[in-house]
Amino acid sequence: MIITRPRDWERIEDNLASIGARSVFIMGCGQCATVAHTGGETEVAEVAARLEALGLEVTGWTVGEVTCHLGGTKLESRKHGGDIEAADAVLVLACGAGVQTVADSVTKPVFPGLESLFLGNVIRNGIFEERCLMCGECVLDKTAGICPVTTCPKGLLNGPCGGMWEGMCEVLTDRECTHVRIRRRLTEQHRAGKGTLAPKDFSKTLKPGGVNIRGHGDSR
Amino acid sequence: MSRLRDMLSAGEFVVTGEVAPPKGADVTAMRAAVELLAPHCHALNVTDNQGASLHLASLAASRIVLDMGIEPIFQQTCRDRNRLALQSDLLAAWSLGLENVLVVTGDDPRAGDHPNAKGVFDLDSTQLAEIARGMNEGHDMMDRPLAGATDFFIGAAMFPEAEPWDVQLARAEQKIEAGVRFFQTQAIFDMTRLKRAVEALRPHGAKVIAGVLVLKSPRVIDFINERLAGLMVPDAIADRIRSADDPAEEAIVLATEQVREIRTIADGVHIMPLGLDAAVGRILGNSS
Ligand code: SF4
Ligand code: SF4
Repeated sequence: MIITRPRDWERIEDNLASIGARSVFIMGCGQCATVAHTGGETEVAEVAARLEALGLEVTGWTVGEVTCHLGGTKLESRKHGGDIEAADAVLVLACGAGVQTVADSVTKPVFPGLESLFLGNVIRNGIFEERCLMCGECVLDKTAGICPVTTCPKGLLNGPCGGMWEGMCEVLTDRECTHVRIRRRLTEQHRAGKGTLAPKDFSKTLKPGGVNIRGHGDSR
Repeated sequence: MSRLRDMLSAGEFVVTGEVAPPKGADVTAMRAAVELLAPHCHALNVTDNQGASLHLASLAASRIVLDMGIEPIFQQTCRDRNRLALQSDLLAAWSLGLENVLVVTGDDPRAGDHPNAKGVFDLDSTQLAEIARGMNEGHDMMDRPLAGATDFFIGAAMFPEAEPWDVQLARAEQKIEAGVRFFQTQAIFDMTRLKRAVEALRPHGAKVIAGVLVLKSPRVIDFINERLAGLMVPDAIADRIRSADDPAEEAIVLATEQVREIRTIADGVHIMPLGLDAAVGRILGNSS
């Protein structure tokens, strides 16, 4: 899921002040931002109270089912059309994809209420870790299911680097070096080799990505 | 033709040293360091934005060293340049007469003086070695022919004391397969581990130049233990320097003993005087 954190409150205040907003509609997200405890009903209510404490009017709020889904968010926006119309701005507690979807669905100025951080694994409730950078050319087949692109702070495909010490990482010193873990697991599975992984193909991650599975499943 | 390569393949014991390009355009101090070290060394490493901090480029500094009559070992880190820049710098290096290249990953930018920089790491050191070997064969990394091949003597870093050893060994073997012909090691404190590394790598035809640090003061020891990634001064050695009446003098005696032992184990020594450049001649002279 997409991991988010609350945007610094001063920035939100500045954003609203920049257009002289007196009233705000708030939109959360029922998926990732709810699981991340950043844009579910509880957090939307907290933000509403904070805005009201500043003397702003909250014309209404909703937590869309999947805010990054264009069709669903358009529908949600129509449902709350009156409240949105009455607001000077819409504050979105969702990831950047959700914010853009809302911005495409309403005519009012839209502001982000969260910072989008990474695609995260849920380790436990409230504890998230980045394990995949979505590089478009997965090497997990060769690295025993441990991603060096993401979990080695330098993103080295071949390692360890010279800073590894007693199995620990140079950069994140409280963590085991990714390449030590990879080699151990490969050895345990009797498939450790000497080969070098070839340089990554960055053309695979040309931005912006797009997939149309209705066509031929092509992506760019 | 690289003299370093010639000497190593002839089985001669080599001595390498290290100079750091300045942070700034004034190379006077670097030249002075070269003048102190050159009479005692066969080649000098020229570091590349060492410590992830801004310095004059290794490429230009290496050429200055060459012009001063001593062979440089041009260091290239993967941290600051993407594959196009790394390859074009390799070609530039060859055109400038730099024949030895040491490929290293590079410290994380957060360790240096530009902590907000993007660490490039488009390639890792093994991939870069492989590319340098390809250039020796006359092609770029896309397998397209070059107008004029290089003939680099390719080296890499090696860490005989960093456990787990099986990981280190596999890594070194991988580098050899990629075209690395000599290793310069991190500072050695435990000669049995050096021996273990040399015995494992020599059969593959790779040469091992062992690193020696001149631990001139307790402060230097603290700095190494706290700030230098992948390196720890063992307690016994640290205590010896700390309890000495004259730590700098004790460090010179210690380094001399280490070099003497390394002469019987490895193919060369890489001396890192940490400011005691003037003592290098004594250390080497007394160790033979
Ligand atoms: S290699 Fe890593 S970043 Fe790339 S797709 Fe696989 S898990 Fe994701
Ligand atoms: S110690 Fe290992 S995980 Fe950490 S930066 Fe180096 S290679 Fe990557």
